[in-house]
Amino acid sequence: MTAVTPTRLNREARLAAAGEMPARSFLTRNRFLIARRATQILVLALFLTGPLFGLWIAKGTIASSMTFDVLPLTDPFMVLQMLAARHWPEGLALIGALIVLAFYALVSGRLYCSWVCPINPVTDLAFWARERLGLQAKGWQPRPGTRWFVLAMALVVSAVTGAIAWELVNPITMAFRVVVFGSAASATFVAAVFLFDLFVARHGWCSHLCPVGAFYGLIGSGGLLRVSANRRAACDHCMDCYAVCPEPHVISPALEGAKKGLSPVILSRDCTACGRCIDVCDRIVFRFTHRFDVSETAEGGTHRSNCSGEKQ
Amino acid sequence: MIRSAGVSPRAETGRSGGLYLSMRPSFEDRSEKNVTRPEKIESPMSPKSTTPDGLVSPERRKVLETAARGVVGAGVAGVMLGAHQKSAEAKPTLAIRPPGALADEAKFLSACIRCGLCVRACPYKTLTLADLGDHVANGTPYFVARKIPCEMCEDIPCVKACPTGALEHSLVDINKAKMGTAVLVDEENCLNFLGLRCDVCYRDCPVIDKAITLELESNPRTRKHAIFRPTVHAADCTGCGKCEKSCVLEEAAIKVLPLKVARGELGAHYRLGWEEYKKNQGPLVKDIIDLPDRAPGDITPPSGVPDAPPILDPSKLPGGWKP
Repeated sequence: MTAVTPTRLNREARLAAAGEMPARSFLTRNRFLIARRATQILVLALFLTGPLFGLWIAKGTIASSMTFDVLPLTDPFMVLQMLAARHWPEGLALIGALIVLAFYALVSGRLYCSWVCPINPVTDLAFWARERLGLQAKGWQPRPGTRWFVLAMALVVSAVTGAIAWELVNPITMAFRVVVFGSAASATFVAAVFLFDLFVARHGWCSHLCPVGAFYGLIGSGGLLRVSANRRAACDHCMDCYAVCPEPHVISPALEGAKKGLSPVILSRDCTACGRCIDVCDRIVFRFTHRFDVSETAEGGTHRSNCSGEKQ
Repeated sequence: MIRSAGVSPRAETGRSGGLYLSMRPSFEDRSEKNVTRPEKIESPMSPKSTTPDGLVSPERRKVLETAARGVVGAGVAGVMLGAHQKSAEAKPTLAIRPPGALADEAKFLSACIRCGLCVRACPYKTLTLADLGDHVANGTPYFVARKIPCEMCEDIPCVKACPTGALEHSLVDINKAKMGTAVLVDEENCLNFLGLRCDVCYRDCPVIDKAITLELESNPRTRKHAIFRPTVHAADCTGCGKCEKSCVLEEAAIKVLPLKVARGELGAHYRLGWEEYKKNQGPLVKDIIDLPDRAPGDITPPSGVPDAPPILDPSKLPGGWKP
């Protein structure tokens, strides 16, 4: 297979075509991916030790949980739907929702999407399979803003029907219940999201439709944890970060904004802080930092890099 | 991109880049210079809402189109979701909510966050979270009495665990729970009705002799035996389902049903004369004419409300009358 598909990582593909090894180790090229898988598994594991081994750490599901019988955590989006349905929570749900809200508002909203949500590995797998199968068409691409309409729709339907409406179809909590409560039939919805992302729309669910992600993005608009293209001067425009990013539109203002005087920090609320851009960049352009860190390294220049072992 | 929708005939201005929706009051205005423009409609989404001569700018048009598409698309999806939600309120009869669950299913679905904390709190693994295909709103807790009934824990841990009040925290006495009510639905197959002394539902009832009693009546088949009729008193029945679980038949003759299904309801304006008699220390309506009861003498019935003395003495009727 010599043809390089446009969505494959250019550098890796080129290296593979040339039969050479990448300059950086596998671990370095995937550290945030590995870290994310670890936290995603950890979240599920905290809920599974109880039913499996009788060691109760967290009870409940991602919708609302109780950790060590002291820490209540509740999905604020679900509480919002509850309020839209005109029910005022009587127990700890409100406190739990405020804790979660405060955390994501302070740190980064869509951190939830890439580090916690159990659907993320599913859609990542779909994206990976897409690349492997060489599916080039983006497929049906609704606007990234479609999720706002879905978010509004979920709240309106909750208000009109007087019930927490999105939960009937929410693949996130269904995936969670599949793993933690053994609700096997709910796996069909998870599979549907996988197939949708694989064959119908690239990055279709998480980046275009999911109202939960939209909600977390909204509450975390001012979150502190941000990715910064602080060495954007060193960028050689290999486009690998765009190819790997689930929300590629967030990168360009930061990466290409030097001339316009834009900050190197990726400030878009759509950024999921997944760190894949940091992983894949051989020029080490990106790093995690806080949103007020506008510092950047001027070294480099826009010369074409050879550091990854490419033959010129 | 759909460009043809809603275009007025006079939008054919020969511009490149498509057709514009005219916002101008009249055709003649176009030829004049420095015409007074129609009021600009500023959109927060688009900085330039109109072209210099007052037409809707392509950017604004795009924004409007996107909004229309989004609203219609989300609206269609929303109607489907809402319909699905409404049908989810039709819970199967045999799916019972945990103790303290808000009685109105629609109210319950507005409050239940589908977290499963009640399921985890239940020491008897009675509760399960609804999966797709269970016909119970997805992710909500329920139990089927015939499988595992509620054991009526005195501390009601499931209610305490509920973070939203979908299980009402005001329920502190499990005997006051109203998960449903048992109904002896099949008198034709109930062993006690057949004249046997099964009594298992009665013996297994946690509220024995209140929620279920055995009422004696004559067995018309043998004319010399009794039928011990298991009788549910809904006021004391919690709907725990122990009776349904323990029924020895292949299919239980006694079942826990939702109150809505199992119980009738008197009109709010109905008054029970004998209750009112007691409260009022006499009849509510004075000088009421009491028609003769077809019973000898003036027996005071168990209700305590005395009958008026018979107008006619039946023993003096022609031909006589024997009880």
